[in-house]
Amino acid sequence: MTPLLSFPLPGLRLFSWRPTGLSGRIARWGLVVVVAYALVALVAPLLVQAGVLPDPNAGLENPIYAGPSWAHWCGTDRLGRDVCSRTLAGSGVALQVVLLALVVALTIGVPLGMVSGYLGGPIDRLLVLLMDTLYTLPVLLLSVVLAFLLGRGLPNAAAALCVVYVPQYFRVVRNQTAQVKAELYVEAARSLGADPLWILRHYLLRNVITSVPVLLTLNAADAVLVLGGLGFLGLGLPESIPEWGGDLQQALTAVPTGIWWTALYPGLAMFVLVLGLSFLGEGLESWLSGEQA
Amino acid sequence: MSRRSQLLRYGASRLLLGPVMLWLIATLVFLLLRLAPGDPIDALLGIRAPEEARAALRQQLGLDLPLLTQYGQFLVGLLRGDLGASLTNQTPVAQVISQSLPASLELGVCALLLAAVLGLAVGFSGIARPDGKLDLAGRLYGIGTYALPPFWAAMVVQLVFAVWLGWLPVGGRFPVTLLPPTGSGFYLFDSLRAGNWEQFSGTVRHLVLPASTLGVLLSGIFDNALRLNLRRALRSDYVEAARSRGLSETRVVLRHALPNALLPVLTISGITVASLIGGALLIEVTYSWPGIAFRLQEAIAQRDYPLVQGIVVVVAALVVVVSVVVDLLVALLDPRIRF
Repeated sequence: MTPLLSFPLPGLRLFSWRPTGLSGRIARWGLVVVVAYALVALVAPLLVQAGVLPDPNAGLENPIYAGPSWAHWCGTDRLGRDVCSRTLAGSGVALQVVLLALVVALTIGVPLGMVSGYLGGPIDRLLVLLMDTLYTLPVLLLSVVLAFLLGRGLPNAAAALCVVYVPQYFRVVRNQTAQVKAELYVEAARSLGADPLWILRHYLLRNVITSVPVLLTLNAADAVLVLGGLGFLGLGLPESIPEWGGDLQQALTAVPTGIWWTALYPGLAMFVLVLGLSFLGEGLESWLSGEQA
Repeated sequence: MSRRSQLLRYGASRLLLGPVMLWLIATLVFLLLRLAPGDPIDALLGIRAPEEARAALRQQLGLDLPLLTQYGQFLVGLLRGDLGASLTNQTPVAQVISQSLPASLELGVCALLLAAVLGLAVGFSGIARPDGKLDLAGRLYGIGTYALPPFWAAMVVQLVFAVWLGWLPVGGRFPVTLLPPTGSGFYLFDSLRAGNWEQFSGTVRHLVLPASTLGVLLSGIFDNALRLNLRRALRSDYVEAARSRGLSETRVVLRHALPNALLPVLTISGITVASLIGGALLIEVTYSWPGIAFRLQEAIAQRDYPLVQGIVVVVAALVVVVSVVVDLLVALLDPRIRF
């Protein structure tokens, strides 16, 4: 049995000329959206520096709550800041925080899950109970508590998000490790006197890591929403950083007066990014499970 | 071992695990609040407050005691239902929570019912032709409702139905011009029992927008769960067997596949409660719905530590209780579950 080669490298097929099936098309659309956001995140700061886009934090000389016009395509907010520029800048902020949070969650959750699943025994049971408890809690509640305690800041927001996703990686990796551990080839390696670390690295990590990309993409979608939620509750990032959730919190007070532009654009940007990430994740998942629907 | 005794054993172990999880959560919240960087006193009074004021507040909060004593007091208080007093107005935290919980439950139950009906209908509609247009629409509906940021969806709904069309109120739970109904705190129930039509219609008018926003957002979970499980059930051997016996497709779907597909949906709805609370947190804030999540947001803004701690523990306890109940219910209903 060679589990490593049991599926025909999906990563290569994704970029092939014509994707077959619905899942492939969905994944492709998702990829297009995510790449577009990454491009915006890279280009927007350059455009601000070149003076094409107004500075997302400058607004003193602008009218406040001005509707969309040629000067400000998406209008201005309650401090006269350009909504379009802020929305575009938000893309880079969201991607940065989410990426940071997930990478940290991955580097904590995956090794912890592997060791716990491989060793078993009381430590494993204790860790499983702890992670299951964290997993039961509503995602937003957990990060709200953490963000509340840590205060505002980019690393703080990433830490508040990260705590939510460690249990998820832990669970998946731990269960898979426990499963693979019972396989004959691991048994064989052990009886040949292979060192546990070597087995973990060579047999378990490669098996386990295949389930990570899907989870990572879907979690990224989730994390964008949670970060927005934190911002909306007045937690997370400092006010000087343009963030969609924080901007929406400020837009909320203007909603009853019918000012729609401050609310519409940041939320729309968030919605499309989450949609793209979900498409990518869902498509990848069906692809990996071999469901050509 | 007979199935009955197996069930009892499983039930007992699940029931025992509940309190352990609750204790873990309570401990976690306690530790986080004490060990987190930054002094709560600084956050409350500012760094320039005089030393006497700081010491007085420290004593009032019990922060001058050793950590273990604080922990003991916290657990004993928890067991007696005493969650401390709010810092802003000295009301007992338990009282604040019991006053705002009915509002949240009323909204949550209405939203969950709507989500279940809508989601199951959408999920079921695609079954006639798997991979057809309706099925694809169901799939996209699932992803779309998930991807909508709850607070943004709520703001757009407010803008359209409350501000532009003016059909329904923008926010709040009850018309300010009326006296709210008294009794259990569930306004729908209270106003019906009092037979006060004016109060009832006022309650409904305020409830419609938040409940339907939250309901639609959550319906995607039910839609997805039913769609995937129905698909799996329809590919199974027993469905094949039923078909080969010459049963009509309607009968196969309704009597053979659907009951089997609905059980996992029950498990999912247990999990939904957790995301319901997450979504409700944001929806309540957007609609100024005076529920427990709205209070939490206020407490966060005022840095009211005991209130934040109390609300988090109570909400987490609710989630754990619901998940245990759902697990037991599924075990009771599904004869195939092995323990």
